Amino acid sequence: MANKVYKDAKSALDGLLKDGLMLMCGGFGLVGIPDKLIQAVRDSGVKNLTCVSNNAGIDGAGLGLLLDTGQVKKMISSYVGENKTFAQLYLAGKLEIEFNPQGTLAERVRAGGAGIPAFYTKTGVGTQVAEGKETKVFDGEEYVMERGLFGDIALVKAWKGDKSGNLVFRKAARNFNPIMATAARVCVVEVEELVEVGQLDPDHIHTPAVYVQRIFCGAPYDKKIEQRTVRKA
Amino acid sequence: MAWTRDQMAARAAKELKDGFYVNLGIGIPTLVSNYVPENVDITLQSENGMLGVGPFPYDNEVDADIINAGKQTVTEVKGTSYFSSADSFAMIRGGHIDLSILGAMEVAENGDLANWMIPGKMVKGMGGAMDLVAGVKRVIVTMEHVSKDGASKLLDKCTLPITGKKVVDMVITEFGVFTIDKHGAPGVTLVELADGVTVDEVKAKTKAKLTIA
Repeated sequence: MANKVYKDAKSALDGLLKDGLMLMCGGFGLVGIPDKLIQAVRDSGVKNLTCVSNNAGIDGAGLGLLLDTGQVKKMISSYVGENKTFAQLYLAGKLEIEFNPQGTLAERVRAGGAGIPAFYTKTGVGTQVAEGKETKVFDGEEYVMERGLFGDIALVKAWKGDKSGNLVFRKAARNFNPIMATAARVCVVEVEELVEVGQLDPDHIHTPAVYVQRIFCGAPYDKKIEQRTVRKA
Repeated sequence: MAWTRDQMAARAAKELKDGFYVNLGIGIPTLVSNYVPENVDITLQSENGMLGVGPFPYDNEVDADIINAGKQTVTEVKGTSYFSSADSFAMIRGGHIDLSILGAMEVAENGDLANWMIPGKMVKGMGGAMDLVAGVKRVIVTMEHVSKDGASKLLDKCTLPITGKKVVDMVITEFGVFTIDKHGAPGVTLVELADGVTVDEVKAKTKAKLTIA
């Protein structure tokens, strides 16, 4: 079996990175973001990146790291509210943004990974999102056509992975990760725990190994919390 | 006395029915979960990929991997499930969620909703709002009746870029409860007045075709 296991983020990205790539990034807020891979992309210095990601991180964390260094040319996202650097870059004309409704973004990625070039959705009909796009009426209701998305490299974070690339996600850290894994030429995955092939229950695998080309263990993780909200004891 | 934010949330909670799957937006809608009537069991959906959302955790229960769509830490309940963002919006777009309660900047008498951008101001994005209003079976808006500068937010036509066309079924403001027949003739029907609010007051502060039930 071909070896998919690398020792760290830098080696896992070796030979893949160059200017102008489209990166497909898992995560929602700071949950399930490919932390170590984003740091390695920052350290590589590649520029003019297009990042497909639901959010843009926060200042100093997640994709915020690549915004701080000016490595991102364009974001395709649904919500970027938490990032001040983002606002500054955007207002200065140094960053493009394409807003997609979150479900449309998810489906564009899912479709791209599934070999579907376009689909129709009722989300956004009659809004700015539908401007300039083809529409069609099915059963008396109007739908707008959206294109599938397929990128150069998927950056994915999973909980457990085996050495063949089978993945298991943990709780709400699953989010965009399984679909991003399917929607790029090369999928690179960081996991909290890397196990031997055969140690994951086949019925519990969320992403089958076929989608994954490179994998490494990124532990230890210091998981950040954006909105720590508690109730009184 | 017009309703407080909590009274608006409590009124919205009366629309919950036993067995409903519900998605709550940020702000007043979040408060609705504090007023779920007795003998009504609902399941909360969070569009980041969680069905069966529990209350905020106690300090020693916080798990960084369990958040709601507002990125707040939450807890699981018995029967919670997790799924991908694509599955989450299949659930929403496919009409499997019974009710969405969300905030708004403007609602028009034909059911149009605006809550995602103000031209000229920094736009943060629509998140899942456009998918929710397009796909969920019933949409209730909780919002203040007038803006900070005194303008009606219940209008004949939205002035801001819309989030969805003909999507709102009910609006709850501090003045009362209003229904909209989004498939019928444009117009807002006042179906319930908050204590101490008069019909004339509502008429004066509403810029939509108003019918009194």
